[in-house]
Amino acid sequence: MPLTISIHAGSNVSIYRQIVEQVCAAVFSGRIRDDEPLPSVRSLAEELLVNPNTVLRAYGELAREGIIESRPGRGMFISKRRQIYSKAERTKRIDRSVTSLVTEAFTLGFTAKEIVDQVAQRAHELDPNLKGRA
Amino acid sequence: MIAQSHLTPGAVGAGKGDAVIETTGLTRYFGARKAVDGLTMAVPRGSVFAFLGRNGSGKTTTIRMLLGLAEPTRGSSRVLGQDSQHLTAEIRARVGYMSESHSLYKWWTVRECGEYQSRFYSRWNDRIFQAVTDHFHLNPKAKAGDLSRGERAGLSLAITLAPEPELLILDDPALGLDPVARRSLLESMIYVTRGADRTIFFSSHLLEDVERVADYIAILDRSVLRACCSIDTFRSSVRQFVLFYDASTTPPPLPVLRGLLHARRSMGELRLTIASPDEDTKQTLHTLGASSVEEVPVSFSDAMIGYLGDRGEQSFFLEDTTQLENMRGRQ
Repeated sequence: MPLTISIHAGSNVSIYRQIVEQVCAAVFSGRIRDDEPLPSVRSLAEELLVNPNTVLRAYGELAREGIIESRPGRGMFISKRRQIYSKAERTKRIDRSVTSLVTEAFTLGFTAKEIVDQVAQRAHELDPNLKGRA
Repeated sequence: MIAQSHLTPGAVGAGKGDAVIETTGLTRYFGARKAVDGLTMAVPRGSVFAFLGRNGSGKTTTIRMLLGLAEPTRGSSRVLGQDSQHLTAEIRARVGYMSESHSLYKWWTVRECGEYQSRFYSRWNDRIFQAVTDHFHLNPKAKAGDLSRGERAGLSLAITLAPEPELLILDDPALGLDPVARRSLLESMIYVTRGADRTIFFSSHLLEDVERVADYIAILDRSVLRACCSIDTFRSSVRQFVLFYDASTTPPPLPVLRGLLHARRSMGELRLTIASPDEDTKQTLHTLGASSVEEVPVSFSDAMIGYLGDRGEQSFFLEDTTQLENMRGRQ
């Protein structure tokens, strides 16, 4: 199973957001590849035991973000990765994530160097160019 | 208590024509006690609609009025377009109702219960009856009187689903079910949504299950409707902020904050749950001498408990501003 999603009801994160985040994580870590099909809305809803409208909304957001795409008559697929955002938008998004990461890391008592090392290591692990995503 | 004017008829749903249940000022007294007070709401066709509230808040009384099993003291309700007090046999056949009590003939077997019920319906899908009873692992030869509570619920559900009702009204279907039976119930509910125009209206206390299956929620609190909106609107409306204080600072007394539902003080922090905070409210939080103010995510059940918890004198009504956002494109 290339794509495994597990849903926790009662979490601080809404079910819809959990689906979006887990599909994104699977794509960016290379666990699921370009052009791979996704389960239909109905079958994913029945598998996860959630309202089909929730899956539909998650797929809708993933499609708007360019992560997945609908191929008429064939269902949803992981998109070939392309940049759908402008440089400015990308910078804004990463800046937001970095700020939140660094703030939390300082709160947890890490030093600047430890944070940089952690980030560097994870970037190396997940680097699609090194892994070739193949 | 909220003023009537806060409650817009048909608060949820498209036009009135798209509502399978509509109530207008529905009110019921038992003696001097108000069981349901001026309930006005609409349940959109094709939705999974959870009816929430603590025990004794008026949910079962409302459901009984919807079905014409109890008379309103004031106000009215319509089910599939027809007044609840004058439901015809034709309309009743399109509504599946499962009560809390699962009344069944004890001396009949599972199979016989199905056969008996099937005679009352022109449309009875025995494959659904079989599938649901199998799902709950019921032996067709077992006597209804010997079944466990979960198994009885399964049999009731099979009887309710087999005629393929357009509108399913389930009064606390998960009551007393073990985790396996609960899962089977959820699976059955999701299965029902295969029919795009099927509506499920159910009451429950199991908020995690509600979060999984519901599109919309209505919350009754002490006989009054306090929210009627999509589950996402509810979640995004009930917010929590934590104000952190240095050891040397004593938090000032709280000013009046619009929408404040709940405040909790603990060592070095003040945690506030606020309904639909506006910019002014958020600004005010920064004037309370805290070293930092952080918004924290809230789970659905925490939001619900915050909403129904000790809210002091204030009361709020949440409803959708963007209607029907979830209704589109059920597949």
